[in-house]
Parts: sequence; structure tokens; C-alpha cells
Amino acid sequence: MMALLEVTNISHTFGGLQALADFNVTLNDGDLVGLIGPNGAGKTTVFNLISGVYRPDQGRIVFAGQDITLWPSYRRMAAGMSRTFQNIRLFKDMSVLDNVRLGAFAHYTYSFWQIVGRTASFHLQERRLTQEALAMLARFGLAGSAQAPARNLSYGEQRRLEIARALISRPKLLLLDEPAAGMNQAETLELVALLRDLHREFALTIMLIEHHMGVVLDLCQRVQVLDFGSTIFAGNPQEAQQHPQVLEAYLGKEENGEHGHAIAEP
Amino acid sequence: MSCPVAIALQYLLNALQLGSVYALIALGYSMVYGILTMINFAHGDIFMVGAYLAMWATLFLLGLPLNLPIIFIFLGSLLFTMTLTAALGVSIERLAYRPLRQAPKVSAVITALGVGLFLENFTLATIGPEPRQVPAIIPVQQYSWGGVAFTNVQLLILVVSLILMVLLDTLVRRTLTGMAMRAISYNRVIVPLMGVSVDRIISLTFAIGSAIAGAGGLLYGLAYPVLDPYMGIRIGWWAFIAAVVGGIGNIRGAVLGGYVLGTVEIFTPVLLASSTYRDSVAFSMLLILLIFKPTGLLGRPTVEKV
Repeated sequence: MMALLEVTNISHTFGGLQALADFNVTLNDGDLVGLIGPNGAGKTTVFNLISGVYRPDQGRIVFAGQDITLWPSYRRMAAGMSRTFQNIRLFKDMSVLDNVRLGAFAHYTYSFWQIVGRTASFHLQERRLTQEALAMLARFGLAGSAQAPARNLSYGEQRRLEIARALISRPKLLLLDEPAAGMNQAETLELVALLRDLHREFALTIMLIEHHMGVVLDLCQRVQVLDFGSTIFAGNPQEAQQHPQVLEAYLGKEENGEHGHAIAEP
Repeated sequence: MSCPVAIALQYLLNALQLGSVYALIALGYSMVYGILTMINFAHGDIFMVGAYLAMWATLFLLGLPLNLPIIFIFLGSLLFTMTLTAALGVSIERLAYRPLRQAPKVSAVITALGVGLFLENFTLATIGPEPRQVPAIIPVQQYSWGGVAFTNVQLLILVVSLILMVLLDTLVRRTLTGMAMRAISYNRVIVPLMGVSVDRIISLTFAIGSAIAGAGGLLYGLAYPVLDPYMGIRIGWWAFIAAVVGGIGNIRGAVLGGYVLGTVEIFTPVLLASSTYRDSVAFSMLLILLIFKPTGLLGRPTVEKV
């Protein structure tokens, strides 16, 4: 079977700083993979390279059978990729509905002349898109705030809106950058259940950056652990918790060789 | 013409006619600023080129031995002018501004001034400095209603401007493309991650803004049928003030500002008995407004995050 995403030996430097070195990952259809590591390990850099915010210094990214290494972001998104952001990046003055509608931009193909002429196909597309967006908002429990500006939503709602916006384009691959950041215990549990449902419902392949180890353990089939830009572990999440190098990366080296049983849950 | 109300209405009608032209040009300044936070100082000269293109299109269509109906000549000229000014605007952005996208803002602004000078002097060199007369395609008919005189040309200008403004407002507010334009003005970095090609949206913005300025050029020629290569300077500046007065970056603000400036231009000579003070009134108004409401009439203040 052909992999959905195949990242081979990508590296990235900022000035003289090696942010990521020889990173590899392969995602097959339906995978749910966690990307973890201490702050500054290069996790978000991986997302920025996959989504085309940065160009890798070297290496290759193949998505759905096409080499996308040099593609601009908007082409990658149109090819079936979506992402969310560590710091919520909504269009805060635009309505909740418009935020979601914008996520589907690549799929709407009317031309300038169809807009000027206000043709039937243009109206049809706009109407269908609005309906789809409203359905998506309902799925995320945000239908009631559709017309409100995005800035009026609570923090947890804004996080959910980001995911709704990412899903409206019906992506094959979803990149989630710390979806549970800043959420309390109850919200986090709700999010885990939601993500599990979405994974099935939308037949998604998900790559997830997360600090809450609980979320990673609950959701992910595999994890990849980064430290200072290098992969120090790849395998199943339970093993990662016991792996000496992983523990060292999170907790520091201990003189007597004893460390906690698990990575602390924040 | 005796009743003072009728006289006031008469001037107001003239103000609406002139204000429509200012509004159409102001829209282009505002749209480009909204998306790139850059003042396209060549925009007034795009308007000038539009006026010349409209003149040629009209002359050409009138010269055809087909005896075309007036409405056809008008619409044909409008389409021709808007298409070519759109192409001009897109080319200017592509060749002059896009290479400077990552450069400091001031580089693009100075380049815009240079592009404006180029358009003026290119027109001067190829067409010559002597003013050109626009052919009157529409036989002027005067109507009178309650002591207020108006012409079919005035009505046409008002109606066509209004149609263009409503279309643009709908485009920006209601369509996905308009949404992408607004999104780019909020945050250009993440918009590509919504699957939007920023370059395409910027090209489209220049195309629409320039096409509307071209339409303004045609309508201006109908009302004030003398063209010269420097006409874009004064009118461009007034339209720019209109955009700032209304709240630059705001579509409805640009329209409002256009009509405010049209009113200032028509009423200043009436109230001060001299047209000499026209510019000083307009610029003083701008300065005073900027002191009390720096974001313009309809502009929203931006909150600086610390």
C-alpha cells in the first residue's frame, strides 16, 4: 500500500540553529500518530515544513503520491491537507461561519466572471458551502454562534472552531498542533472523544502534537519523540514512556538512574 | 431657480455626480490598502488612462459604419475600458509591486509614485500634452423637477456608479473571494494554509480596483469632457483623501468619503464665493478629521497588542 505521507530526511535550520535534522515519518491511511518532545524540540517546525510554511533545507516530502517538497502552502491544502495552530489563528473579526467557509476555499472554483455575472453556478456553490459550513458548526456544537465574531468564543470553542475550519475542506491528512493546550481536564476529555469520533467519521489520517501525555496515550497508535531536532524514539506510546532517552529528554539526567514511572501529566 | 431649497438641491445633485467619480477611484485605493497596507499612488493615473481608453473606444465605435445604438456604444466602451485598466492594474502589481512584497513598505510606496510618473509621462510622450475632447455619445437631455434641473448624463453616472458599488460591496461582503480578501488583510501568513493563493487574490484586487477606476474615467469623461495627461493627479489626490476620510481599507467608507469630498468641492465655491479655497478646505478637513478620528469616519481602531 502506498503511504499517504512520506517524509524523508528533511532538515531545517534557522540562521545557524539546527531546528530539525534528518526527520523521517511515514503515515498510512487512517494512522493516528503523535509527535511529542520537550519545548523547542522542533515539533511545530515539522508541521511548518509539511504544510509548506517553510521549505526544508534538504529532504523530500511526498503526499498522496506527489512530490510536494517545493509546492506553496495553498497547493498542498488543495491537495487534501489541513492544519490547526498551536496559538489559535482564527480571523477574529470575521464571523464564526465565515471562518469555516474560508477553510473550503480551495474547493470552490467559480471564476471572476461568474462572480461578476452572479451566475447560477456561483450562487449554487455559495449556498452549498454555507450549508456545509453550518452543518460542520453543528457537529462541533457551535451552530448557535455562527454569526458572532470569532473573538467572542471561549477559548475551548475557538480551539474547536479551528478544527471545524480545518475539516470543512474534507482533508485526507489533518495536522493538529497542540489541540488541548490551555484546556482543563473536562475539556480535554471531551476533545479526546471528539477527535476519536472525527478520525473515524471523516476517515482521517491525523498527526498530533501534544503535551498532555494522557491525550497521546488515549489516542495515538504510534508516537515519535523529538529532542533538539532529532528523533530519539519512534514506536508505541507505552514504550515511549519507559524509554530512557525519552525520560532523559523530559526530566533530565539523574545521578542514580531512577526516574518517575511515567512522564508527568500536566 | 428662485427657491433656496431648489438651489441647494441643484448643488447637491452636482456634488453627487462628482462624488460618484471620487468614490469609484477611492474604492481602488481602499481595496489595495486593505489587502497590502500600501497606498497605490499610481491609482489616480490608472483612472487617467481609463479616461483616455474610454475616449478611444467611443471614437472607434462611433466611427464604425454600423450606426450602433447609443446604449451599445456606452456599454461597449465601458467593457473595453474596464478590461484594459484591469489588465494594466494587474501588470503594474505583477511587475512593480510584487517583487517588493518582502521589502520595507516605503519601497513599494516610492515605486508606486514612480509608476504614476511613468504613466503620466508615457501618456504625455505618446499622446501629447494638448487636452482632448471626449465625443458626446449621449445627446444631453435636460429635465426639470420642482425647479431642480438635471440631465440624463447625470442620472446615468449616478446609476452606473451605484451599480458598481453595490456589486463590489456584495463581492467583498458576501462571497468567498471577498472573504479571502478580508482574511489576507487580517493575517497574510496563515491564509495560504486555508488553501488560498495570496498572489491570485492580490491580482484580483488590483484587477477589480483598476477596472472600477477605469469606469470612473469613462463616467468622468461624460460629465467633464476634457482630458489631459495630468488629470489623474488632482483627482487621484482627492479620491485618496476620500478614502482616508471614509476610513481607508473600508469599502463603504470609500464611497461615503467620495460623496463627502464631492460635496466639499461643489459647496466650497458657493459658500466662500471662490473656488480658490477648494483644496485648502479639503486638506484642512482631512487634517482635522485625522486629529479627532485617525481611522476615518467608518474605520475601526486597531488595538495594539503589547
